[in-house]
Amino acid sequence: MSGAGAEPPRVAAEGRRAGADDPRPGADAPRSAAGTSENDAGRDELRAQLNDAGRDELYDRLRAYEGRPAATAGQGKDPVNEPMIRHWCEAMGDTSPAYRGPDAVAPPTMLQAWTMGGLSGHTDGTGRSAAYDEMFALLDGAGYTSVVATDCEQEYLRPLRPGDRITFDTVIESVSPRKTTKLGTGYFVTTRTDVHADGERAGTHRFRILKYRPAQRTRGSEPARRPRPVINRDNAGFWAGVAEHRLLIQRCLDCATLRLPWLPGCNACGGAEWDTVEAGGEGTVFSHVVMHHPSFPAFAPDGEGGPYAVALVELTEGVRIVSNVIGVPYDKVRVGMPVHLDFLRTDPDLELPVFRASEGG
Amino acid sequence: MTYPYRVGDELPPLEIPVTRTLIVAGAIASRDYQDVHHDAELAREKGSPDIFMNILTTNGLVGRYLTDHFGPTAVLRKVAIRLGAPNHPGDVMRLTGRITAVRAGEPAEAVVHVTGDNGIGRHVTGTVTVALPQKGEEGA
Repeated sequence: MSGAGAEPPRVAAEGRRAGADDPRPGADAPRSAAGTSENDAGRDELRAQLNDAGRDELYDRLRAYEGRPAATAGQGKDPVNEPMIRHWCEAMGDTSPAYRGPDAVAPPTMLQAWTMGGLSGHTDGTGRSAAYDEMFALLDGAGYTSVVATDCEQEYLRPLRPGDRITFDTVIESVSPRKTTKLGTGYFVTTRTDVHADGERAGTHRFRILKYRPAQRTRGSEPARRPRPVINRDNAGFWAGVAEHRLLIQRCLDCATLRLPWLPGCNACGGAEWDTVEAGGEGTVFSHVVMHHPSFPAFAPDGEGGPYAVALVELTEGVRIVSNVIGVPYDKVRVGMPVHLDFLRTDPDLELPVFRASEGG
Repeated sequence: MTYPYRVGDELPPLEIPVTRTLIVAGAIASRDYQDVHHDAELAREKGSPDIFMNILTTNGLVGRYLTDHFGPTAVLRKVAIRLGAPNHPGDVMRLTGRITAVRAGEPAEAVVHVTGDNGIGRHVTGTVTVALPQKGEEGA
């Protein structure tokens, strides 16, 4: 998964925050770990910084499909038949006599199989509605190209027998907000299908899939890399400072208000002129979250993934910065803990300001 | 009327070797031609280390586990499953089940909580409602 590619406009706006060790722009994960925060005000501030409080416009568009048909009067490509039943039983290793002989019924769990389009899909135009195709096109277009099924709930109202002709209607029941899973980031889509046999209700089938953008895999011995910060004219000075192991805070030339992360103008007075002050490097943990799931090996101290702490550090100068706390296990990070500035080279091309817990802190 | 099934009864575990053949055969028998269930290279491009079992096959195996135990006159009423750790080739899935409810009626029904664990975790969690064999039909 390329977090930086998920939502270009927002990521550009968050570029400077990436420098503060933002755990993957666009990822939902910090929100899910917010419950571990120990300070509500700090948590809200942290959350605002991590998520930019932006609406997920794609989600808004996807939700509009809730309640719309995914298939109307779909037709099973084959009537219920003995060969397909036998092939199914052979694959499953199911030797039940209920599925053989003159009184054979189909294994109830085949319910969905009778509605499948198979290799050629539903060519009669009944299998998928335009709404369903549109919704999938939206997801594909945004990079959520992969599909994995996560849930299946079936109810069987009457047995299916060879010769039964299958029809089905499917509705898009719900679309979840964007979620980050081990496979990648995406949206859960739940559909409900009513299956009929010779016009009679035979069963219902609720199906949930995750439509996702595949997470990037580390290949071979190449270690995982953190996302690159977006460096632009508004924050280039910050990164130039980091390269010299200096944490530079912007100072408004009009009202002297300090600001971090870097912005083109002053939040307090709107002044456009600024200079910089080098941070002394001392601070305290104002708030923090622990990132448990999904695991991002690049962010873990041991490179193996697993939990890591993301902290909002208040510098003695009064400004705050999102970063990682190093030098103590993730579960030893505490609000109020004194920390001091350090610089961490995460890979040959990236060095980041981080905060080391003070001795005895 | 009494039934030989009681809440708390454990079903004998069923171990299913997850072979590449089972994954592909199950996918094709369920008419599921998604490449991640038969093409390892394309599965890897989509973030999976190998092909993995499709949900319809898991569903079929859970159904089989129940009817193997209760016999051919037991009838599945509901099967609800949630997938977790994927079933990749070379793994073994161990299905276990425990009866969580028995309802009187004609026929009586049992609710069974099912889990299936593989080498990397819990592949499936499910709840199955099964109409029990009529009295005198057990083992038929």
